[in-house]
Amino acid sequence: MTSPLEQKKIRITGPSVVTANRTWDGAVVYRTAKHGWSTELSDSAIVTTSDEARALLAEATADDLGAVGPYIAPVELKDGGKVKPGNLREHIRAKGVTIDLQVPA
Amino acid sequence: MYAYDELDRTLINERVSEFRDQVKRRLSGELTEDEFKILRLQNGVYLQLHAYMFRVAIPYGTLSSKQLRRLAHVARRYDRGYGHFTTRQNIQFNWIKLAELPDALADLAEVGIHAMQTSGNNMRNVTSDQWAGVAPGEIEDPRIWSELIRQHTTLHPEFSFLPRKFKIAITAAEHDRAAIKIHDIGLRLHKNADGETGFEVLVGGGLGRTPFIAKTIKPFVPGRDILSYIEAILRVYNQYGRRDNIYKARIKILVHELGIEKFAKEVEEEWKAMGDVGLTLDHAAIEEVRSRFSYPAYEKLPHMPDELKQAAHDKLFERWRKNSVSPHKVQGYSIVTLSLKPVGGPPGDATAEQMDAVADLADKYSFGEIRVGHEQNLALPHVAKRDLPALFKALDRLGLATPNVNLVTDIIACPGLDYCSLANARSIPIAQELTRRFANHDTADLIGRLHINISGCINACGHHHVGHIGILGVEKNGEEFYQITIGGRADENAQLGTLIGPAVPYAEVADVIEDIVEAYLALRDRPEELFVDTVKRLGVEPIRERVYATR
Repeated sequence: MTSPLEQKKIRITGPSVVTANRTWDGAVVYRTAKHGWSTELSDSAIVTTSDEARALLAEATADDLGAVGPYIAPVELKDGGKVKPGNLREHIRAKGVTIDLQVPA
Repeated sequence: MYAYDELDRTLINERVSEFRDQVKRRLSGELTEDEFKILRLQNGVYLQLHAYMFRVAIPYGTLSSKQLRRLAHVARRYDRGYGHFTTRQNIQFNWIKLAELPDALADLAEVGIHAMQTSGNNMRNVTSDQWAGVAPGEIEDPRIWSELIRQHTTLHPEFSFLPRKFKIAITAAEHDRAAIKIHDIGLRLHKNADGETGFEVLVGGGLGRTPFIAKTIKPFVPGRDILSYIEAILRVYNQYGRRDNIYKARIKILVHELGIEKFAKEVEEEWKAMGDVGLTLDHAAIEEVRSRFSYPAYEKLPHMPDELKQAAHDKLFERWRKNSVSPHKVQGYSIVTLSLKPVGGPPGDATAEQMDAVADLADKYSFGEIRVGHEQNLALPHVAKRDLPALFKALDRLGLATPNVNLVTDIIACPGLDYCSLANARSIPIAQELTRRFANHDTADLIGRLHINISGCINACGHHHVGHIGILGVEKNGEEFYQITIGGRADENAQLGTLIGPAVPYAEVADVIEDIVEAYLALRDRPEELFVDTVKRLGVEPIRERVYATR
């Protein structure tokens, strides 16, 4: 899964969101259309062009106090408007680890 | 155990206050992330996929029961009830909130634990043999020297802003359990012809995207001179090391580019030019540190107590004893390794409950002391042989008596894509599947010593290059693939593994590993010939043919 560190030059080829980690606790968050952050992928602002993606990323980056390390991540749009993570890395960030931790979550 | 003095305690407490203020300023917006990042890294705080990750130092892998209980407390109160022991004898917590980190650090400081130099471009936590001070035949306790180096390098300005991170490991035993040849500086304690204690100094080891085995630059440096000699190495590194390219900044690249002879000459000249810079360790300074290490008041015990004879009929106990119990330098005592590699479990993880229980067992059976090994297992270093049957029962109840130490399921694995922001592929699920495939302990015994190391990216935190079988996760067109090497090893005969064939997809990794093991069993000269020796004798090709012929 391509690290976001290597993704900065990538032009988007499909629906995308901007994601980051919330500053105070590190939780995974998504940039919303209301210029805030949400822990729910379904709340995220979806962009479909590279210009839109860059603009959303610039806005998110400016909110350094709200979240850390924003980057553009691919998503899949399902029937009924459901948003799914676009790769395994984002799936793990959205849904949690893929392993049985053998401890209470 | 090493007892911190007032200076150490003050230093740790001041660091907590300083970091509390830094976090406060970050959360108020006074500091940006760019400004704050270097500060958090100096306190062991990374940002990973799901949360901040907090890496806590366990100097030379030695913990008291009180300290382990406090780590359990941090896991329970500030994290999700577990921690992950690392290949550098540290522990990581995966779900820490930045706002709570100062409190976690303060709680740890009360028992003399900190997170300094567990990340960032500085001199990292000095590691050593987890059997230090108790291994038979050891020259002397290498932790004394680890501690002297720790004291000298902690917050040393010349070592705090290096071109890249810098790691030192020390061994004093014939068999290298500290993997010194894959460190920036490896130190092997030995005695010269005059009986004087000193170090063989190796430089330029390291894994990552450009792996190298360390080479000797000086066969003997007297112990009293080791700080000044390390300083000379660091000065040469600071002067010539690449700061323009992160991938070429480690000392191993400098050693490779200069050549070992030229590098050694530069260090020697620097060392001589330095003259007396006040770093010569006199007898009193060494003895002062030595005196702060306390050792148990061992009893005079029989070599073979009745309790051990009586337990010999218990097959489960005997299997565990033969696998996990090792000779101690004192008669009547043993070193017991606690496997953190249960079948189906994440390698190196321990729950808060397990940590508390191990602390209790350490108090009862090991003079309150616990060790952490770079293989991601724990050890109780001072167990009376008469107590082994009772200890086995207690460990078995806790899930810490899996008899797989050094066997195929004793897998070293990095956190991989499940946690790490640098990873390209998952490591832990691969390890879990392999432990299920080789869950039969009779089969694992038949296979013998076999180290599988897994990394989720080229940064090689799982030491895949030096696994007898190494597995490296890579990404191909958005899918997880794994490159497999064989023949690596991390001990005194350290060498890098050789790629056996094309990368295989996630779903096929366990099948390929099973085929490699089957090929080894068919090709080995005799049952005692270890996997790594068969590969050395035959080369990679015969195994490659058998594994890839039908793929």
